[in-house]
Amino acid sequence: MSLTLADVKRIAHLARIEVSETEAEDYLRQLSGILELVEQMQAVDTTGIAPMAHAQDVVLRLRPDIISETDRRGDYQSVAPQTEAGLYLVPKVIE
Amino acid sequence: MLNATLKELSAQLAAKKISSVELTGEFLARIERLNPTLNAFVALDREKSLAQAQAADALLAAGNAGPLTGIPFAQKDIFCAQGWPTTCGSKMLANFVAPYDAHVIEQFNRAGAVNLGKTNMDEFAMGSSNETSYFGQVKNPWNTDAVPGGSSGGSAAAVAARLAPAATGTDTGGSIRQPAALCGISGIKPTYGTVSRYGMIAFASSLDQGGPMAKSAEDCALMLNLMTGFDPRDSTSLEREKEDYTRDLEQPLAGLRIGLPKEYFAAGLSTDVAQAVEAALAEYRKLGAVTVDISLPNSQLAIPVYYVLAPAEASSNLSRYDGVRYGYRAPEYGDLADMYGKTRAQGFGAEVKRRIMIGTYVLSAGYYDAYYLKAQKLRRLIAQDFSAAFQQCDVIMGPTTPTTAFNLGEKSDDPVSMYLSDIYTIAVNLAGLPGMSIPCGFGSNQLPVGLQIVGDYFAEAKMLNVAHQYQKATDWHMRQPQ
Repeated sequence: MSLTLADVKRIAHLARIEVSETEAEDYLRQLSGILELVEQMQAVDTTGIAPMAHAQDVVLRLRPDIISETDRRGDYQSVAPQTEAGLYLVPKVIE
Repeated sequence: MLNATLKELSAQLAAKKISSVELTGEFLARIERLNPTLNAFVALDREKSLAQAQAADALLAAGNAGPLTGIPFAQKDIFCAQGWPTTCGSKMLANFVAPYDAHVIEQFNRAGAVNLGKTNMDEFAMGSSNETSYFGQVKNPWNTDAVPGGSSGGSAAAVAARLAPAATGTDTGGSIRQPAALCGISGIKPTYGTVSRYGMIAFASSLDQGGPMAKSAEDCALMLNLMTGFDPRDSTSLEREKEDYTRDLEQPLAGLRIGLPKEYFAAGLSTDVAQAVEAALAEYRKLGAVTVDISLPNSQLAIPVYYVLAPAEASSNLSRYDGVRYGYRAPEYGDLADMYGKTRAQGFGAEVKRRIMIGTYVLSAGYYDAYYLKAQKLRRLIAQDFSAAFQQCDVIMGPTTPTTAFNLGEKSDDPVSMYLSDIYTIAVNLAGLPGMSIPCGFGSNQLPVGLQIVGDYFAEAKMLNVAHQYQKATDWHMRQPQ
């Protein structure tokens, strides 16, 4: 699977990382190198093998549906770039 | 005092030979002198540290002290510590002051220990040389032209240079063990799920694990007692009985079966490292152990599998850094999409962006099956190799790294060459097994060599015993740079 410049730009968009034309070319080279490394995986037959997400195959714990958190909005918003009336401020999404 | 073990420091504090305030002050003075060269610490707060020390002295005076009360520890800057800057080595969090404590930090606080300061690290824990930090490189105290390893390079350098009695680290692909090896100290990454990741800034959630970095296995055991334990706030934290990791330290090693994977002693291993490891194995045979040749046939796959899974998980975990709720926001932007694009382009360093891009690609529509799913299947094969091996041996040993510390700048231009230096450590994270590194000699350039010990799930007490008995018979772990 060889990468193209168009692929790089698409990936950058998905990752929400702004990338200039020269940077896109650098990424093409570096990512192609990494993907070459990763191609080694295709040589191994994995038919019938279950994917492993966790070492002990544990499942997510459940807990009682009761309130356990306290309101610390003030503390958490003290590190925010811009807030007002308890809301985070961001620029408009221009259509 | 600089070379005192945690047990010795605790005894001195209990006997009032030194106070926590004095002890903390001495380390802070040493940091002031040596940190400008080594750059191991990125955040210090003398007032906060000494206030904690005073509180510890009160506990000691009242007879309410535990084994680690009053002892100062360096904390890797990946752990949120309330009121402390917590930067994860990144411009993205350079202005972030944590509003809460990580579980690990809470444990140290609860024990009456002192936070000596936050240590430098590769940005978002992505790196093997501590060269990707926004706050600059960390120097290896044994040779300041060489890297200390990464991502816990600051912690490793701090302990090696005796700027702290011990430190915390985290390990996703080797980031405790590899810097421990390159800096000549002891470090252990416990079984996945034993140390809570609450408040430990996430890189790859199925691989990340915190652990101790110290001058000895015994010190690591004492710290593990503190750092482990069920935490309901971490969904991957395991509910298990609390263990005393020091309980088996003195067990004799007669009859211990040490598995030697042939894949770990093959091409790519530097001769001087191989020699130091062989000498360590000879020492183990003198202690009564027997070595068994084993094979981990899928070893070569560990690197490609890791460099699919870890970046994939990182791309998800780092999507939260968007300039909205905390951290860096680009100074100039148009609309929201532009703010995201510029914030992330400017806030992240090159290696982090590279990994986010790879991760995004392997998770994207049309590629998920061929890459991410395939890697997860290979992950099971890798884990199965270890399970099969542990039928034939009690612990697995080999070199922690293929070479001693390389020079600053030597590998930073070629990401793949940097990735290949993780060859012996990565599979352990993929399998979720415990792994540790202890010093076992020096290479041809007088730089430290690390011996890796891998155990079966939850075998930390056994591994620490195996390391401790070696450290009683040898003194590599007591050497320090000039």
